[in-house]
Amino acid sequence: MHFISPVLWQFLVNWLTHFALFPPEASTIAPHADALYFFLVAISLVGLVLVLALVAGFSFLYRQERNPVATQIEGSTLLEATWTIIPLALFMLAFVWGAWLYFRIYNPPTNAMNIYIVGKQWMWKAEHPGGQHEIDSLHVPLGRPIQLTMISQDVFHSFSIPAFRVKREVIPGRYTTVWFEATQEGTYHLFCTQYCGTLHSQMIGTITVMKPDDYEAWTEGSTSGMSLAQNGERLFASMGCNACHSGSAAARGPNLAEVYMTKVQMTNGSYSTVDDAFLRDSILNPTMHQMAGYAPIMPTYQGQISEEGMIDLVEYIKKLNSNYRIQQTLNTSQVQSSAQNPAPSQSSNQGRAQQTAPTAPGMVKP
Amino acid sequence: MSTILSLPDQTTATLPKRSYLNDGYGLKSWLLTGDHKRIAILYLISITIFFFIGGFFAGMVRLELLTPPTDLMAADTYNKMFTMHGIVMVFLFLVPSVPATIGNFLIPIMVGAKDLAFPKINLLSWYLYVVGGVLTLSALILGGVDTGWTFTTPLSTHYLNTHVVTAGLAIFVAGFSSIFTGLNFIVTVHRMRAPGMTWFRLPLFVWSHYAASVLMVLGTPVLAITLVLVVLEKVIGIGVFDPAKGGDPLLFQHLFWFYSHPAVYIMILPGMGVISEVISTFARKRVFGYTAVAFSSVAIAVFAFFVWAHHMFIMGISNYSALVFSLLTMLVAVPSAIKIFNWSFTLYKGSITFETPMLYAFGFIGLFTIGGLTGVFLGSMGMDIHLTETYFIVAHFHFVMVGGMLMAFLSGVHFWWPKMTGRMYPEGLSKLAALITFIGFNLTFFPQFILGYLGMPRRYAAYPPEFQVLNVLSTAGATVLGVGYLLPMLYLTWSLKYGKIAGANPWQATGLEWQIQSPPLTTNFEETPVIDYEAYDYEWLANKTKHEVQTVG
Amino acid sequence: MDSQAIATHPDQAHAEHEHSPYLRHHFANLEQQKETSTFGMWLFLLTEIMFFGGLFCAYLIYRNWYYPAFVAGSHQLSIGLGAFNTAVLICSSFTMAMGVHAAEMRWRKPLIGWLLATIFLGCVFLGVKAIEYNEKWEKHHVPGLNFSAAGFTKQDPKYPEDRPLAPDMAEKTQVYFSLYFAMTGMHALHMVIGVSILVILVFRAWAGAYTQGHMTTVENFGLYWHFVDIVWIFLFPLLYLISRHQ
Repeated sequence: MHFISPVLWQFLVNWLTHFALFPPEASTIAPHADALYFFLVAISLVGLVLVLALVAGFSFLYRQERNPVATQIEGSTLLEATWTIIPLALFMLAFVWGAWLYFRIYNPPTNAMNIYIVGKQWMWKAEHPGGQHEIDSLHVPLGRPIQLTMISQDVFHSFSIPAFRVKREVIPGRYTTVWFEATQEGTYHLFCTQYCGTLHSQMIGTITVMKPDDYEAWTEGSTSGMSLAQNGERLFASMGCNACHSGSAAARGPNLAEVYMTKVQMTNGSYSTVDDAFLRDSILNPTMHQMAGYAPIMPTYQGQISEEGMIDLVEYIKKLNSNYRIQQTLNTSQVQSSAQNPAPSQSSNQGRAQQTAPTAPGMVKP
Repeated sequence: MSTILSLPDQTTATLPKRSYLNDGYGLKSWLLTGDHKRIAILYLISITIFFFIGGFFAGMVRLELLTPPTDLMAADTYNKMFTMHGIVMVFLFLVPSVPATIGNFLIPIMVGAKDLAFPKINLLSWYLYVVGGVLTLSALILGGVDTGWTFTTPLSTHYLNTHVVTAGLAIFVAGFSSIFTGLNFIVTVHRMRAPGMTWFRLPLFVWSHYAASVLMVLGTPVLAITLVLVVLEKVIGIGVFDPAKGGDPLLFQHLFWFYSHPAVYIMILPGMGVISEVISTFARKRVFGYTAVAFSSVAIAVFAFFVWAHHMFIMGISNYSALVFSLLTMLVAVPSAIKIFNWSFTLYKGSITFETPMLYAFGFIGLFTIGGLTGVFLGSMGMDIHLTETYFIVAHFHFVMVGGMLMAFLSGVHFWWPKMTGRMYPEGLSKLAALITFIGFNLTFFPQFILGYLGMPRRYAAYPPEFQVLNVLSTAGATVLGVGYLLPMLYLTWSLKYGKIAGANPWQATGLEWQIQSPPLTTNFEETPVIDYEAYDYEWLANKTKHEVQTVG
Repeated sequence: MDSQAIATHPDQAHAEHEHSPYLRHHFANLEQQKETSTFGMWLFLLTEIMFFGGLFCAYLIYRNWYYPAFVAGSHQLSIGLGAFNTAVLICSSFTMAMGVHAAEMRWRKPLIGWLLATIFLGCVFLGVKAIEYNEKWEKHHVPGLNFSAAGFTKQDPKYPEDRPLAPDMAEKTQVYFSLYFAMTGMHALHMVIGVSILVILVFRAWAGAYTQGHMTTVENFGLYWHFVDIVWIFLFPLLYLISRHQ
C-alpha cells in the first residue's frame, strides 16, 4: 500500500470501516492483507466486467433480429492462448503475493512475546508467561510482536481475530502457532471459527490492545502469583522429572538447561530442533524423540498432565538457564533417590518393566 | 422478443403414440425398469424431493440468522439444521442432479446408443440413492446429526452422540450410487458410440460428464473408506483419528478432502456441459473452441485430484506443503476461465435469442465467474487465512454451487423438458421465475462476502449485532429465492397436462436427441444412427431441414 | 482406448439379435456386449483399488511414525496361519481360473467342481481368519473393545531379539491393530461377498447358463476374485512380515 496515496488509502479504509463493510486494521499485517484483497477484488471486477461486457455486448449486437444468420467459427488459437496466459499470469501473481503474506503471518519474528492459548469446548483460555490467566479474553500490549502457541483440549477449534487478519486452527495433540503485532488500541472480536459443537457460536471473546504501560499495569494487577514457569518448576519436581534430568554429569536424562531452540541429535542420527512441539511431544511420547547417548527409559506422561500443565512445563524448560534450583530440589525433596533405580550406563536388554513417573507423597498434582 | 422456438401446429399436434412413457404401465414397470430414461425420471422426482427438504433446512438457518442471538431454536437444533442442509444438498441433490437426471436421460441418446452399458446397474444406482436418502431421513427423524456436512473428527467420533453413524452409512451407500453412475457413463462413452461417432464429434455435454464420471469413480471410494473408519472409530473405538490413542485427526482431513474437493468438480462439470449445449443452441453456433472446452473438462478432472489441501491451509500443514497446493489451485482455476471465455465468444456473430434456458445460462456465466474468482481469493494462501471458515467461504461455494450449478440444472431441465415430456413449459412464467431466482440469489449471497471479510464465522447461530443488517438482507433474499424455485415446480407440473405439444425439435437444435421424437421411444432410435457430421453442425441441420429428411442413419 | 466407435453394420446387428438369447437389447452384437462388461469390471476394480488405497495410505503413514510398535504388533500375528491363508487364496485363484477355462470349454460338471473348490478354499480362508480374530480377542488385542498394551512392555519369550517397548510406544500398537482389523476386515468382507456370489454362480452353472458359449459372467467374477487375492498378497507382507528376519 505504499504505492498508492496514503490519503486515498486512509479514506478507503475509514469509509469501509465506518460502513461496517470492513474490519478495522489493527495489526501490522492487516494493511498487507487488505492490499492483497483489494488487488484480488480489482482483478475480479475487471474479469467480471469483461465477461459481462462480452456477453451483453454480443447479445445486443448479434441478437436474432439484428443478425438472423449465425457465422460458424471454429475457434481461435490466439484467443485461447490469450485467455489462458493472462488469467494464469494474474493467478500466479495472486499466488506469489498470497504465499508472501502466508509466510509473513505464520513465521513469527524471533523477539515475539509468547502467550499460550488452550481451547476447549466452549471457551478460550489464555495464559501469559507471567502467570496471568484469562478466559475468553486476551490482553496484549501495543506495538510488540506476540506469538500465540495454541492447543486444544478436545476437538478442532480455530482462533480468529478478524481485526488483525490472523487465524489458525487449534488442534488436539499438537501445538499450532500464529503471531501478530497490534497497531491500534481498542477491543476487537475473537471468534472460534471451526465448528466445535453446541456452543460454537458462544466461543467468542475480546482482544484488548493496551498501551505498553497500561499492559504492564494490567499484568501486575491480574497475576495469580505464580508465573507459568514457576508452576512448571513445581510440576517438574512433583512429577519427578528432576530425578533423571538433574543436570549432573551422570544424569540418566539429558540436561535441560538452555536446551530450548538448540539442535540435538537423535539416536537414529538425525537432528531435531528443541522447540515447543518437541518439548511437549517428548514428555508424552518420549520414544519418538530418543536422544543419542541416552537409554530409552523415560516413562510417558500421557494422561497424567493436563494441557495447562504441559504449557507450564514447556514454559519452565524454555526459561531454564541453570540446573542450580533443580539440584536444590533433589537434595531437599523426598523424591526416591537414584540408588533405587538401576544404573543407566549399560543399555540392558533385560525386560525391565517401565516404572511410572516417581512421585513423592504430598506433592502437587499437575 | 424473437424466439427460435418452432412448435408443430397445436390444433393437430399430438404426443407420439408410442414412447418410453407409455411403454408399460404400473408401478412395477417403473420400479423394475432398465430404461435409462425412466430411471432418469425416477431420479428427477427423488432429487426434487430432497432439494425441497434441503431447502427447508436452509430456510430454518436463515430464519434463525435474522436476529443476533440464538432465539429461534436451541443451538443444538441450529447445528442440526445446517448439517442436514449441507448433507442433503451436497450428497442427495448436487452430486446426482445433472448426471443422474439429464445425464442418464441423454448420454445414450447423444452417443447414438439404445441404453447405457449396464441398465441393471443404473437401476441399482437409483435404489442405492433411495436407500441412502432414506437412511439420511431416518437419521433426521431419529433426532438429527450435528457434525456439519464435513464430519470433522474428533468432534464426530468422540464428542457427539447424535446419529453420526446412521448419517455416515447413508452417505456411504449414496456414494456407491454415484460410483455406479460414473462407471456406467465411462463404459458407455467408450464402448457404445454409434458408427461414425468419434470422440471429437461428441457433444461437449458428453465430455463434461465423462470427466465428472472419472472423478466419481476414482474419488468417491476414498470417501467411502473414510466414512467406514469414522464409523468404526465411533462404534468400536479404534483410534485411527484419535490423538490420545496415537492417531492423527489431520489424517481424517486429508482423506475427507481428497474426495470432497474432486466432489465439487463432480458437481459443476455436468452443469458446464449443459451450458455448452444451451449456449450453442440459442446462439445457433458451434461452441467456440470445441477442442479447448473438451480438454478443459479433462484438465479440470485431472487437476482436481491435486488440490485438496487448500481446504487445510490453516490446519497446521507445513508452509511448503501449503505452497504446493496453492500453486496447483491456481492452475485448476485456469481451465474454468478458458471455458467462460469460450462460451462468451460463442455468442460472437451468433444469432441470439433469449429463451429461459439461455437466461439461466447467462445467469450461470455471471455468477459462476464471481464464484470462481472468489475461489482464487481463497487459493491465495495468505488471503485464505483471513477468509477461511467465515461467510466468505459460504458465499463462494453458494455462488458456484447455487448460482452456477443449480442455474445450470434449471437451464437443462427447461431445455430438455420438451424432449423428456413432449410438452413445453410456459415461457412467460419461466422467464419470470428465472429473473426472481437471479435477484433472490444475489440478495441472499452477495452480502455474505462482506460478512465474511468482516469476520463473521460460519456455522454460527448467534453473531455480534453489527452483522445484523447484512444477515437480514441475506434472509430476505432467501425468501425471494425460495419463490423463484417454487415456481418451476408448479408450472412444470402444470405443463405435463396442459403444456403445448413440443414436437421432435422445438429449439431447432443439433444433437442426436433432437432428431428423434419427443418423448423418445424406449429404444431411442428406430435404427442405429450413422454419424458423418460434426457436433453443433448447424449447416448440416439447415440442409437436413430443407430437404425435410426425418429419418436418421 | 479406442478412437473409433464400435462399427457395426445394422443388418449384422439385427441378425445376431435373432440368434443369441444372451444378447441384451441395447448391444449391437455379442462381442460388443462382452467387451463392454469386461471393461466395466476392470473399471469397478479400479474403484476398489481407490477404496483400499485410503487404508494403505493410513497404514504407510502410521508405520513410518510408529515403526517399533508396528514390528511388535506384527510379531503377534501367526506367520504360519498367514502363510497358509496366502497359499489357500492363491490356490483358490487357480481353481477359479480353471473354472473359467471349464466354462470356455463348455464342461458343465468340471465348471461346477472348480467353483465349489473355490468356495471351499474361500471358506477355509475365512475360517482361518476367524481363528486369528479369536486369538486377537483372547490376547486383548482388539482395539477399542478390549485392547491392552500391557504385554508389549514386557519381553516376549518367542522373540528374544525384540526389545520390550516403552509405554508410550506400546500404546501405539493399538493403531497397528486398528489398521490390521480395518484392512483384513474389509478384505474379509469382500471375500464373503465373493463367496456369496460364487454360490449363486454354482446354481446358475448347474442350470447350464455358462457352458453354452456365453461365460462373461464367470470370467468377470474371476477378475474380481483375482483382485481380492491380489489385495491379500499386499496385505500379507505389510501386516505379517514386518522385520521377520529370524
